[in-house]
Amino acid sequence: MGRRLADFFQGRPRLTVTALLAAPLGWLVIGYLGSLAVMLVASFWHLGELSGEVQQGFSLENYQTLVEEPVYRTIAGRTILVAALVTLTDAVLAFPIAFYMAKVAKPRLRSLLVVAVLLPLWSSYLVKVGAWRLMLSENGAINWALEPFGLSGPGYGTTAVWLVMSYMWLPYMIIPIYAGLERIPDSILTASEDLGARPFRTFRRVVLPLALPAVIAGSIFTFSLTMGDYITPANVSSTQFIGNVVYANFGDNLPLAAAFTTVPIVVMVVYLLVARRFGAFEHV
Amino acid sequence: MRSANRNQVKNAWLLLLGLVAVLAVAGCGSSDDSDSSSEEVTSIGQTESELNLVAWAGYVEDGSTDPAVDWVSDFEQQTGCQVNVKLGATSDEMVKLMRTGQYDGVSASGDATLRLIDGGDVVPVDMNILSNYKDIDANLKDLPHNTVDGKNYGMPHGFGANVLMYNKDEVKPAPTSWDVVFDPAKASQFKGKVTAYDGPIYIADAALYLKTHQPDLGIENPYELDEEQFNAVIDLLKEQRNAVGEYWSDAAKQISSFANGDSVVGTSWQYQVSALQSEGEPIDAVIPTEGSTGWSDTWMLSSEAKNPNCMLEWMDWIASPKVQAQVSEWFGEAPANLKACQLTENKAHCETFHAGDTEYYDQISFWTTPVTDCGDDRGDVCKDYNDWVQAWTEVKG
Repeated sequence: MGRRLADFFQGRPRLTVTALLAAPLGWLVIGYLGSLAVMLVASFWHLGELSGEVQQGFSLENYQTLVEEPVYRTIAGRTILVAALVTLTDAVLAFPIAFYMAKVAKPRLRSLLVVAVLLPLWSSYLVKVGAWRLMLSENGAINWALEPFGLSGPGYGTTAVWLVMSYMWLPYMIIPIYAGLERIPDSILTASEDLGARPFRTFRRVVLPLALPAVIAGSIFTFSLTMGDYITPANVSSTQFIGNVVYANFGDNLPLAAAFTTVPIVVMVVYLLVARRFGAFEHV
Repeated sequence: MRSANRNQVKNAWLLLLGLVAVLAVAGCGSSDDSDSSSEEVTSIGQTESELNLVAWAGYVEDGSTDPAVDWVSDFEQQTGCQVNVKLGATSDEMVKLMRTGQYDGVSASGDATLRLIDGGDVVPVDMNILSNYKDIDANLKDLPHNTVDGKNYGMPHGFGANVLMYNKDEVKPAPTSWDVVFDPAKASQFKGKVTAYDGPIYIADAALYLKTHQPDLGIENPYELDEEQFNAVIDLLKEQRNAVGEYWSDAAKQISSFANGDSVVGTSWQYQVSALQSEGEPIDAVIPTEGSTGWSDTWMLSSEAKNPNCMLEWMDWIASPKVQAQVSEWFGEAPANLKACQLTENKAHCETFHAGDTEYYDQISFWTTPVTDCGDDRGDVCKDYNDWVQAWTEVKG
């Protein structure tokens, strides 16, 4: 049987490739893209006036609600703003760490650091949010540490969401930047120095342009993860983000939830197109 | 070659983009249409070997929370039904879980039951086949939230009020009215430490407050609000938002918030009050003069149950006097089966929770699903649950 199969595929490279890729591609198209399509279709359905049941038919009702009710604009704006802040914070925090790992640390220390960066990803997401919830509470560690200076922590709220998200997604920023920086040959840095550039100039004119695609690759993770999350906001604030509204609606008003989900999709598409212009995908 | 490569890379990223977007919705399966059979169940057959429940925390205890608190093990031994429980944090979540069709039954509160019945997610049961139904408090039988078109949709479990919980050290004098959380002048004293229930159904609490404090609105039933009444209630809630530090929907999180001082006053359940008091926290609770909203729960059988006979056995088991005594004391609620009152460890339990007390029962506005039909001569002009969900999004901002 196996032999006959082998004979059959012998000299038919296209068929071989098709047979090999059929399962994963089928999964991708039906499982992933298919459900995306279903969601987009569902966003045009609406709830019946009296029954409250989902009516399958074309209607722009949900999009109209999203545009006309100011609260949804506020929530979308807030989500995008926090996603941008988290991305910026993570980029600023991750760059020096990644640079140290890639260019300064000895191999032994480097592997230790890689493990240290990845370690938080091994523990449960909920446990980490729960820990932050306790730290941020009125009697929590943050207030306790700040009290001697006459300060107090942010408490639960949008600031807390920004803090916790920045913590959560930091490894997703460090690892791509580390990989990007590691690929820059040391000789280029030395050459820059030999030509008389001071460290800051070398950083600005040599390292940063070469590492930018890596930073943008990392930012895609931090940005999209923040856009979609609803668990962190629900635990360390009572502020609503896009994810919370989607979650609140998908039991009773799935079409509205689907319509609101198109906001992060559109934002991400625009973001990826911009990122592509900056060459984020050149060296993938 | 390079441009071909670029194109491939581009395609790969576009696919990845699709993937990222779809992951966000991967969790929501398509909901079945509601044409599954709603024929009344009239007999119990041979039990299956498993039972999958959706329940409130504290309703299905097998000794793993506290070894002394266990009414599941005996049931498993007697019926051979292995019990698995999925805790629902809110009524909305329970409705979502039931619509997956993976569960045999649910302990549904009155704000979920009509949605489940209308959606065809649960089936009516001839209650006479369950031996303990005859002992159930008459106040809890044949109510709009558990009986539709004369058909009973399950076994009453018990009821309780949404109480006003407060920290005795922070809130002085002890409150007797909901105005500490709704009157801006009073609530601002506790700015950032007022808590409120996180769910559209909390709109009824504000409506109940306005029923007393703004009588000219003419609110009779806090679940039947027309446009004018609804807008006044929503305005009150938006004002309250300024004082609220945290909205809660998870009982365990509320316990930690009160224990850590993040919240000092707000609506709660007797369950959290008892838990905090047993930890020695300076916590007390009251049913304010305006009355209170409350819940009345019903065990219902899923229309897609794979183990319907185990579920029917469970409905009879949970309604038996001994189990009712255990569960109502553990959770802190009034039992539905009044025979339980002789079996509770605390002999005053039924009195404390006003089991069978019709007069008290009438003071509580029990959670029910708001519908467009106002139930009086105003007609179909009331805000339905979907409007409540939308408005709740706006309140939280």
